Amino acid sequence: MIEKSAPRTQEKTHKIRGKVRLREHLMGWLFVGPFGIVFLALLIAPLAYALYLSLFQKKLIGGTSFVFLDNYVKAFTDPSFLSGSWFVIRFSLVSIPLQIIVALALALILDAVTSMFTRFSRLMIFLPYAIPTVIGAVMWGFLYSKSFGPLSDIFGLLGTAPPDFLGSNLIFYGLVNVVTWQWAGYYMIILYAALQGIDPALYEAARMDGAGKWQVALRIKIPLIAPALLLILVFSLIGTLQFFNEPQILRSLAAGTIGPDFTPNMYAYQQAFALANFNYGSAISFALGGIVFVGVYAFLFFTRKRRSFL
Amino acid sequence: MTSDRSKAGARRRPQRHLPLQVLVGFLVVYFLVPFWWVIVNSSKDAPGLFGGGNTLWFAERIDYFGNLEQLFTYDNGIYGRWILNSTLYALAGGVGATVLAVMAGYGFAKYRFAARRFSFSLVLGALMVPATALVIPTFMMFSEFGLTNTIWAVILPSLLNPFGVYLMHVYARDAVPDEILDAARADGAGEIRTFLQVAFPLMRPAVVTVLLLSAVASWNNYFLPLAMLSDNRLFPVTVGLGLWQGIASANNAGSTSLWSLIIMGALVSVIPLVIAFFTLQRHWRGGLSVGGLR
Repeated sequence: MIEKSAPRTQEKTHKIRGKVRLREHLMGWLFVGPFGIVFLALLIAPLAYALYLSLFQKKLIGGTSFVFLDNYVKAFTDPSFLSGSWFVIRFSLVSIPLQIIVALALALILDAVTSMFTRFSRLMIFLPYAIPTVIGAVMWGFLYSKSFGPLSDIFGLLGTAPPDFLGSNLIFYGLVNVVTWQWAGYYMIILYAALQGIDPALYEAARMDGAGKWQVALRIKIPLIAPALLLILVFSLIGTLQFFNEPQILRSLAAGTIGPDFTPNMYAYQQAFALANFNYGSAISFALGGIVFVGVYAFLFFTRKRRSFL
Repeated sequence: MTSDRSKAGARRRPQRHLPLQVLVGFLVVYFLVPFWWVIVNSSKDAPGLFGGGNTLWFAERIDYFGNLEQLFTYDNGIYGRWILNSTLYALAGGVGATVLAVMAGYGFAKYRFAARRFSFSLVLGALMVPATALVIPTFMMFSEFGLTNTIWAVILPSLLNPFGVYLMHVYARDAVPDEILDAARADGAGEIRTFLQVAFPLMRPAVVTVLLLSAVASWNNYFLPLAMLSDNRLFPVTVGLGLWQGIASANNAGSTSLWSLIIMGALVSVIPLVIAFFTLQRHWRGGLSVGGLR
């Protein structure tokens, strides 16, 4: 099926096919139109509006004035925005590889070892995906907390002070843990589904050629699920750069540790809703969206896998 | 297509590697610890919570019903409202986004219309726009129309699901053969009837997946309703519990009862989705592999 329809979508549309019927144009737009309206009204329009707003500044004296790119100059020299951006970049570099390694290892194990127990495990590991990130953060906040968490009990037995994952030294790892717990299972399911799609005859052929289990995993399975790996890499990158929910929730438990400018998104929220500074908030949102878009696009371009995924 | 593949998977010889299974066992414990903590601690009253007992085991007094009753009566039963709001937002957002995505995905896959390639590349580009970057601009726009602090402020933005369109496009392209559509047309079925009666049944696994993914996304949404809503009777359960947690942490000593409400509230709020995932497993698992396909 794939071979049959792929050339049609990619090549034939270039050429003008005999007579393109008006009816087909109309029907096509009839199906795509409703989504198109939502797309224009709720994606293009807000982006354009944000861009417009971000070019103005509101002052107590003199009202709103056009300042062109001043808000962006301000953002990119604003220590709060820069330190927040640096945090989400560092956080991506640690948490994304960790999530993907955990997910990949689990998917490979659950694909190779089939038993009642692994089937049960697959569901249990996926379970956190069904939990809203806010609730996940609330749960881990309890586990980290000194008053309700088990950490003080466990470390009390060992006679040492419990680690404080809500303190400034460990909050980074505290959040890495929450995010890994939340998403590793979802990524595992996507990779597992991709692994299940591989033709087992390939493994037989590799075994005939003398490949061991590790070689099958490294040389056959992982390369064949590369598109799925790329997909989750892109998703986790987009998700992590707009980090908001977990630090916002844990903030109330870790007041001194997580400031209102902890991530760029939290900073934009603070500027817009706590300080009613909507022009600057829009500029930060737009700058963040732009960075994510360009970053992901560049990443896809350089991995040269763009075609295979999208 | 998908069913052939899962059959091929099942045909593989079962293999048991004990060390690997033990490793998986440890990880399962890790993934379940927060659930266990919530299940255990939602049974405790305030003295049980703060009495310094074992935090990973039940206290002497197990009082699920008392806590449940408190949860649903506190502040005139505001929690029940939050759950209903979440349900409304998830259903309206999920169904709406799915209908739009199914139609658009089918349209992109099966009709050659003007500006098709250009519009589809716009949709692909939109996959890379972070959802939260739209929240503040959308809020500003909605406030011009007086739409903020209404249910529409949460439902309308949830209708936008470019990933759903992408998934449906891939699935419709591969799973709905043009020949069948042409045959239906030759038999005199109109375009709409062909779509509803011929194409739609073939697309059902992906439809369930997109429905589930968009409903979960709406149910889990926090930033959007947090920004849009100020009336706490319109809050979804995520924003409501976040509010309670903020209040409880702010005056730690005075609000011991609020903590047990939050724990019980967390437990109750996860039950609907856990049930949905378990009962709909068969449907969404086939569809999830679509995104990873070439």
